[in-house]
Amino acid sequence: MIKKLVLAGLLFLSYTAQAQDYIPKNDGVKTNTSNYTVLTNAKLFITPTQVVENGTLVIKDGKVVSSGKNVSIPKNSIVIDLAGKSVYPSFIDIYSDFGIDGIPNAGSSNYTPQYDASREGYYWNDHIRPDVNAIDFFKYDASKAEALRKAGFGVVTSHVNDGIIQGSGLLVALTNDEDNSKRILDDHLGLFYGTSKSKTSNQSYPTSLMGAFALLRQVNLDAQWYAKGNMKVKDRALEAFLANKNEVQFFNAGSKNNALRLDKIGDGFNTQYVFLGGGDEFELIENIKNTNANFIIPINFPEAYDMEDPLLARSVSLEDMRMWNQAPSNPKVLSENNVPFALTTYDLKKTETFHTNLMQAIAYGLDKTKALEALTTVPARIIGKSNELGHLKPGAYANFLIMSGEIFDKKTVLYQNWVNGHKSEINAMDITDMRADYALTMDGANYTLKISGEVEKLKAEITTEEDSYDATVKFNDDWLQLVFTTKDSIKQEFIRLVSQVKNPSNFSGKVFYPNGKTSSFNAVKNNSEEQIDVKKEEDKAEETPKIYPVTYPNLAFGPKETPKQQTILFKNATVWTNEQDGVLEQTDVLIKDGKISKIGKNLSAGNAMVVDATGKHITAGIIDEHSHIATTSVNESGHNSTAEVTIEDVVDAEDIDIYRNLAGGVTSIQILHGSANPIGGRSAIIKLKWGQTADQLIYKNSPKFIKFALGENVKQSNWGDFNTTRFPQTRMGVEQVYINYFQRAKEYDALKKSGKPYRKDLELETLAEILNKERFISCHSYVQSEINMLMKVAEQFNFNINTFTHILEGYKVADKMVEHGVGGSTFSDWWAYKFEVNDAIPYNAAIMHNAGVTVAINSDDAEMSRRLNQEAAKSVKYGGISEEEAWKFVTLNPAKLLHLDDRVGSLKVGKDADVVLWSGHPMSIYTKAEKTIIDGAVYFDIETDKQLREEVQKEKNELTTLMLQAKNKGLKTKPIEKKEKELLHCDSIDQH
Amino acid sequence: MKNLFILLFLISGVITNAQQTPAPKQSGPISIEGATAHLGNGQVIENSLIMFDNGKLTFVGSANMRIARIGIIIKAEGKHIYPGFIAPNSTLGLTEIDAVRATRDADEVGAMNPHIRSIIAYNTESKVVESMRPNGVLMAQITPRGGRISGTSSVVQLDAWNWEDAVIKENDGIHLNWPNTYSRGRWWLGEPNTLKENKNYKEELDKLTHFFAEAKAYKENSSSNSHQPFDALLELTNGNRTLYVHADYEKEIADAITFAENQNIKKMVIVGGYEANMLINKLKEKNIPVLLQRVHSRPNNSDDDYDLPFKLANQLVTSGVLVGLENAGDMERMNTRNLPFLAGTCAAYGLDKETALSLITLNTAKILGIDSFTGSLEVGKDATLFISQGDALDMRTNILEQVFIQGRNVSLETHQTELYKRYSKKLN
Repeated sequence: MIKKLVLAGLLFLSYTAQAQDYIPKNDGVKTNTSNYTVLTNAKLFITPTQVVENGTLVIKDGKVVSSGKNVSIPKNSIVIDLAGKSVYPSFIDIYSDFGIDGIPNAGSSNYTPQYDASREGYYWNDHIRPDVNAIDFFKYDASKAEALRKAGFGVVTSHVNDGIIQGSGLLVALTNDEDNSKRILDDHLGLFYGTSKSKTSNQSYPTSLMGAFALLRQVNLDAQWYAKGNMKVKDRALEAFLANKNEVQFFNAGSKNNALRLDKIGDGFNTQYVFLGGGDEFELIENIKNTNANFIIPINFPEAYDMEDPLLARSVSLEDMRMWNQAPSNPKVLSENNVPFALTTYDLKKTETFHTNLMQAIAYGLDKTKALEALTTVPARIIGKSNELGHLKPGAYANFLIMSGEIFDKKTVLYQNWVNGHKSEINAMDITDMRADYALTMDGANYTLKISGEVEKLKAEITTEEDSYDATVKFNDDWLQLVFTTKDSIKQEFIRLVSQVKNPSNFSGKVFYPNGKTSSFNAVKNNSEEQIDVKKEEDKAEETPKIYPVTYPNLAFGPKETPKQQTILFKNATVWTNEQDGVLEQTDVLIKDGKISKIGKNLSAGNAMVVDATGKHITAGIIDEHSHIATTSVNESGHNSTAEVTIEDVVDAEDIDIYRNLAGGVTSIQILHGSANPIGGRSAIIKLKWGQTADQLIYKNSPKFIKFALGENVKQSNWGDFNTTRFPQTRMGVEQVYINYFQRAKEYDALKKSGKPYRKDLELETLAEILNKERFISCHSYVQSEINMLMKVAEQFNFNINTFTHILEGYKVADKMVEHGVGGSTFSDWWAYKFEVNDAIPYNAAIMHNAGVTVAINSDDAEMSRRLNQEAAKSVKYGGISEEEAWKFVTLNPAKLLHLDDRVGSLKVGKDADVVLWSGHPMSIYTKAEKTIIDGAVYFDIETDKQLREEVQKEKNELTTLMLQAKNKGLKTKPIEKKEKELLHCDSIDQH
Repeated sequence: MKNLFILLFLISGVITNAQQTPAPKQSGPISIEGATAHLGNGQVIENSLIMFDNGKLTFVGSANMRIARIGIIIKAEGKHIYPGFIAPNSTLGLTEIDAVRATRDADEVGAMNPHIRSIIAYNTESKVVESMRPNGVLMAQITPRGGRISGTSSVVQLDAWNWEDAVIKENDGIHLNWPNTYSRGRWWLGEPNTLKENKNYKEELDKLTHFFAEAKAYKENSSSNSHQPFDALLELTNGNRTLYVHADYEKEIADAITFAENQNIKKMVIVGGYEANMLINKLKEKNIPVLLQRVHSRPNNSDDDYDLPFKLANQLVTSGVLVGLENAGDMERMNTRNLPFLAGTCAAYGLDKETALSLITLNTAKILGIDSFTGSLEVGKDATLFISQGDALDMRTNILEQVFIQGRNVSLETHQTELYKRYSKKLN
C-alpha cells in the first residue's frame, strides 16, 4: 500500500513538473520527460467495432498518440506487453452528481407558504436556476472515483441535480493523479433540467408536475422576449438560460411517460432534450423511438419481492412483479429498436452493482457491442466529445481498460483502468490463478489440496481418504502461504506451508511443524477436475430467463392488443336514443367504422358481428363532466391563478380506474383541474380508450375548457392555520381576483391584436381565449352568492360561464342561471362535508332541470363514477324526473355542456359509436354494463373480463414462483410493497 | 364576545329550524293491507297484512287471512313494506359538518378509550340524521372513532327528542381498531408512498395484550381504586358488551380471533373484513359475524376484480357467514342514507334480493344483539318499518310514503325537503 502511494506521489510530481511550469517549485528540482508509454500485443478495441489483434497503443501526456496494428514504437518508450489481454476504451457516464457538495437546503416548510422568490436579480421562480454552475459546487470525490473506476468508468459528467432548470454541468476524468486543473475536461457542459423543485427554496409554485411543465414553457417564452431586449430588468437566470441554449439539454425525465410529455414541450421550442430515462421505456417503445431523442438509461433493475409470507405477498401487484421480470430487458428492447442510448450508474444504490446489472441486461439479450457502445461512443457523441472520448484513436484521451479477456465475459477480470494516461490498478495483472486441485506430498504422506474461491480471496481444503483438515491459504506476489490444523483433535496446533511459486502446476516449498521442525512439500496440479467445473458454470450461464409479454398499460387487465373497430349489429334491444325517438323497444343498432350506422327494426347483418340483445338495453356511453381519474396531477396550488397549466400535459393512460369506469359504462370524461385556486388549470377531455396512449385518449379537436373554483377551497378555509396569507381569503377577494385577471387579459389581448410586440404569457393567453369565447369555464361552486357573482363578472366582460360544476345551491339561483345561459353539473346527493354544502339538497338537479337549466350529474370521485347510471336514477327518486330525462343527465347533457353533443351523448346515426350494452334497465341497481364500446371498438366486455381475471391470477402465481426461486438462489430480495392508489378529489395535491 | 353571540344565535337558529318534531307515541292500532311485505328474514309475503299496536307488531301475514283489521287501515296495494334499515358502525349525530372542527365529536384523544361513550354526544337534532329517514334508514349504531380502542357504541332509533329517547341498546359494544399489518411510507420524508409490512405490528399487539392483562389483574384485586377504562373493558369478558374488531386483512382477522379467545371475550364481530373471504371456515367455525366494509368502494389492489367489493357479501353469505353491511369511510354520515343501495348492489352481484335485504335488517340486528325486538317484521317486535312505492334497494324506486318507528308515524320532512319545497315554489 505504501509502495502504491509513493508511486502515485511520484507520478503526481512528474506531472505537475510538466504541465504547470509556471508554478514555483521548492521541494526539489524541476524535471521534464517526454517518454511514451506503449502497450503491445493486446487485442485492441479502438472502437467497439474496430478491433485489432496484437495491436499497439502509444500514449503520451494523457492522450493517444497512435493505435493499431503497424504502429512504430518511439525509442523513448516504456513498453508493456499485454499478450493475451484486451484493451477497451473506458466507460463514460454522462449523468451523475459526482463530487457535487454544499447545495444549501432550505429545509421543509411547515409554516406559512412562500409565494415569492428568495433570489433577487434572477427569474421570479427559485426553481429556475440555469445560472448555477456545477464547477462552483465541485469537490473531487476520490473514493467515489475509485468505485467508478472499478466499475470501468474513466470520465463522468456531473451537475447540480436540483431544481427544474439546474444549470450547467462539467466533465471530469476520474484520476486521483491530477488535480482539477487537468482532470476537469470541460467546466461548462450542457444545461440540465428536472421535474422536481429546488431544495434551496420553499417557494410554493409549482406544486405539481403540470405546473413544472407550464413553468418550463413560460421560461422559454420569457427568454425569447428577454433576448430581444424587451425586458427592462436584468435577469441573470434568463441570461444564463440563453447562454446555454445551444448546449446539450439534459432532462431528468425519470419515466417513459415524462420523456414523452417533455419531448412534446421541447418540440414547441425547437429543443431536443436528451432524456434520463426511468427504465420503463420498453413499455412504450414505439413512442419512445418516435421522440428521436437520445436516452440515458439507468440499470437499477428492481429486486424480487420476498414472497415467502403468502398473506403479505398477496398484495404485491402484477405491475410490480412484471417490472421485476421485464426491466432487465429494457436495454435490449431499446437497442433492438435503434433508440440511441447511453447507460448510467445513476440511481444505483451502490456503484458496484453496475457490473452485475449490466451482465444481467446482457443475459436478457442486450447485444454486447451495443452495450459497449452505450458506454463509450454513444455517450461521447451525446456530449459532443466524439473526437476525444469513447475510443482509442489518435488524439483521444488515454482512457482505457486492460482486461483479461472479452469485456462482458463472466470470468473476465479488469486489471487496470487508465485515465488521462494514469494507471489505476484494479486487480493485479500478473496474478496467477491458483484455483485447482493438487496432489500434495509431505514427508511421504499424500494429501489432496483443493484451492477454490475468488482469485483475490482463496479458500483451501486439505483431505486424505479418511480425514479432512481446516485450512487457510494466501497467495501474494508469488508467495503461497498455507496453514492447516494438526490431526490431534484435543490440542489444536497448526502446520504452516510456504512456497515461492514459479510454476503453478508443480511447486514445492517448506513445511513448518508446531515443534519448530521443518521439512519440505511438493504439490502437483490435477488437471482433469478443473475442466468439469468450467463446464458446469457454462451450463448455468446458458439459462435464458423467461420474460413475460408486455401489455399496455403494463398491468393487470391491460390489453395485449389495442382494441380494433368492429362492425357490430345489436339485435332486439331496448334502445335509449336520447333523441326524439325516445326509448325504442325491440330495436336493432348497427355500428360500423366507428360510427352509429343504423338504428331500426330487422336490420340486416351483412358481415357484422351479431349480438343478441334481447332483454337488454343499449344506450349512449356515460359522460362524466367532472373526473379526476387518469391524471397524475390534479391541482397546481402554488398560485391563486394557474390558467397556464393543463391536465393534457399529465394524462395518465395507465390508471386502472379507466378500466373500472369502462366497467361502469363510462366512455368520456372531463379531467378537471382541482379547486385549489379561483382560476385553476385547463381540462383534458378524453375517451376512456383503455390500451391507447395519453395522446390518443384526448379528443381530437377537443373543445377547450378551464376549471375555475369558488368558496372554501379557493379561500383555503380548510388548509390549516398557516395558510392565511394568499389572496383571496374571503369570497369578497375572489371577485376581485377575477376582475383583475380578466381586465389584464383584456388589455393583453388588445395589445396582441394590435400587432405590436408583446410578451407571450401563457396564463393571460388562456384567459384571453375565454374572453374571445374560444375557451369555456367549468366552475366549482356551492353557494348562491358567489355563483351569482361569477355570472355578473362574466357579463361585465361580455362572455358566459359555460358550466357550474357541483353547483349545490344552483336550485337557489336556477332562474338566474337560465337567464345567463349556464349549465349545471351537480352531485346527486352529496352534502354536509363542509359548511358551504349545508344547504345542498338532492333535489338540486330536479329543480334546475325544471327551471330550464341543462343539468348533468357528475362524479368527482373514482368510485362513484363507475355507478353514474345509479346516480342519475336518484333524480327519479329525488324530484320525480322522468327516467328518460334522468338518463340524459349522465349522457346527452354532459355532452352538451362539453360542446361534444354533435359527436357523442345520444344514439343517432352518424355519431360516434360510444355505446353501452346493459344487462337490463340502465338505471337499475341490478344492472351491469356488459359491453362498453368507444368509436366502434370494444374496450370492456364482461366475458373477456372473466378470462383476464384468470390470466392475472395465473401470471401472478408463476411470477411468485420465479421470485421464490430467485430468493432460493440467493438473490437479494426486498420486502413486499402494497400500492394503494390514492383517490384523487378536487382538493388533492401532488405528492412530490 | 360579539362573535360568541352570533355563534350562539346561529346555533339556536339551527336548533329551532333543524329537526322535524319527533312523532308522538302510537295512539291506536294501525293495519297496512295489500303491500308486498319483505320481512327481513328472507321471506316475502305478497298481498300482506301488517298490524301493530302500542309500537309492537301484532300481526304479520297474508291479507287473504280472514282476520279483523284493527284501527287505522292503510291501503298499500302495489307497494312494499320493509323493516327499518339499520346502519351499524356509524358516526351519525357525532359530527355535523366534516370540515368544521367544532361539530366534530367522533374521535376522542388517547389510544385506549373503552370508557368513552358515544351515546351522550349523539345529536338527535342533527340535520344529517333526519335525512336518513326518507330512505328507510331508521336505526344506527353510534360508534366512536380513532385510537386503538375508540370507545363504546350504542344503538339508537333515528327519531327522538334526546339521546335517552333515542337509545334502543345502550353500550352495546367496544370498538377496537386492530393494528395494521401494513404501514404507509412517510412520503413527506421522501419515503415511497406505498404500504409496507408494519414493523411495529407485534409491538402494537403486545401493548394491546398488556392492556387487557392489566384489566384482568385489576379485577382480581377488590381493593383496587376505580379505573374507568378497565371497568369498561371488563364488560367484554362478562358478556355485557360485544367486541367489535375493525380489521381488514387475513392476518389481522386471524390474530384478532386468537386474541379474543385468549382474552375470554364472549362475543366478537369483525368490522371491515376486506379479506374476510380468505378465512371463511374460521369465521364459520368460531361463529364470528362480519360487518362488511362499504360495498360501494374501489378494490384495494389494481389486480383485484373491479367488482370485488360488490361481490364479497355474496361470497361470505353463501358460505354461511353472518354478514351485515356498514358504511364507514369518506363522508360517511351523509352517505349512510345510501345504505339500502349497498344491499342492492350485493343483490346485483350474486345474492337474491331478500337475502340482500337481511344484510341491512335482521342480520345486522342479530350482530348488534337487538334482534329480539327489531330487525324484521315479526309479531312482537317493534313496529319500525316503512312503506315504499317500489323496491327500496333500488334508487329508482326507493320512494317512501310512510315511516313508523316503534309504531310512531314519523315525519318524512327534512331540512332538505323544506328547501326543495321553498325553492320549487319560488321558481314556479
